[in-house]
Amino acid sequence: MTVSIQLEVNGKPVQAAVEPRRLLVHFLREDLGLTGANIGCETSLCGACTVLVDGNAVKSCTMLAAQADGASVTTIEGLAQNGELHPLQEGFWEKHGLQCGYCTPGMILSANYLLTQNQNPNDEEIREGLKGNICRCTGYHNIVEAVKYAAERMS
Amino acid sequence: MYPAQFDYRRAGSVDEALSLLQENEDAKLMAGGHSLIPMMKLRLAQPPVVIDIGRLDELKGISEGNGSVRVGSLTTHADIAASDVLAAHCPVLAEAAGHIGDAQVRNRGTIGGNIAHADPGSDIPPVLVLLGASIHLQSPSGARSVAAAEFFQDLLMTDVGEDEILTHVDAPALGAGTGAAYLKFEHPASGYAVVGAAASVTIENGRCTAAGLVVGGVDATPTAVDVSSLTGSDLSDDAIAAAASGLDAEDPIGDIFASGDYRVHVGKVYGKRALAAARDRAS
Repeated sequence: MTVSIQLEVNGKPVQAAVEPRRLLVHFLREDLGLTGANIGCETSLCGACTVLVDGNAVKSCTMLAAQADGASVTTIEGLAQNGELHPLQEGFWEKHGLQCGYCTPGMILSANYLLTQNQNPNDEEIREGLKGNICRCTGYHNIVEAVKYAAERMS
Repeated sequence: MYPAQFDYRRAGSVDEALSLLQENEDAKLMAGGHSLIPMMKLRLAQPPVVIDIGRLDELKGISEGNGSVRVGSLTTHADIAASDVLAAHCPVLAEAAGHIGDAQVRNRGTIGGNIAHADPGSDIPPVLVLLGASIHLQSPSGARSVAAAEFFQDLLMTDVGEDEILTHVDAPALGAGTGAAYLKFEHPASGYAVVGAAASVTIENGRCTAAGLVVGGVDATPTAVDVSSLTGSDLSDDAIAAAASGLDAEDPIGDIFASGDYRVHVGKVYGKRALAAARDRAS
């Protein structure tokens, strides 16, 4: 069977018929070509697939596309506006918050969610907020700096 | 990882979900999907039909009245952790929910799904047993409630019948003079509790009149510890350590990360710390 879904992805309406077992991350990557959300562990641990669903950070490998029917989804591709990087994207660039970059889209969307909950987080709150996102390169120090940079820019 | 194929039904009401359950043998209910989807991806669960109850607003929300708090089964861990009602009337439940997984998991995972899954490493079950919460279930033949202590039957096994839906949890509000705490020794990779200790202490007129300790992660179901020796005691660190050392499990669960004996040991340590924290919050 297929399930008809209608949702908004990065501000654009999307309509599709999906298999019930289609995971949101596969739908975004393979059906919509939005490959920013990465597939890392596929066991809800690494956070590389994090996207925003109705403003909340969620792991798109642990959500059915059918569950996103009617939702508004934001991926990393939807953050830059009119060619201008989002302050978080700029922060990761300026503060060298990435090396290989695989975790970065998920990191940035989790950080984005954190900054909607807490506009001025301290180091500990940033680390707690990004607990669901694993980075194997940076040691996290510059990721924390990048989020602080963005928080300052956005305030 | 792809789950096995299944048919998807979305329920528009509790009644519709109940009839879908009756019509579809071996169907599984899905709330946030944060226990079920990982199981389905590993093919540990292959339900032929998934009934999505995630949109049933009637099962969402937190309220307080008549000395108890009510949490709808579809309330997310994030909403429980941030609840002003729970902060005022039952902060230990919010504290435990805030320890679950990470922000993304708390945004999707629900209290009903959590306890219906009954993972021994879950943070909520020991708190519900400590509080003496009741878990409410509905079936086509009516509603019933079961005490949390009886609800958790074995590893991943609960009292929920095949034709039942978990609707809400009622927990007594913490009275004046009662402090409670949940402390967790977390698995560094999975975020599950290796051991989680929930404790409460009641102090009236400078004297301990009641205390409780329930430890998760040691046995297949939450383990209640007899800490009645604290009643009437001075609640000294020594008295608390002696009470927590009563933790015992006949056949503790063990895995590659933590043996059964180790879990019992850590349970005593965290039990002691949770009791001390509860004492400090009570006074």
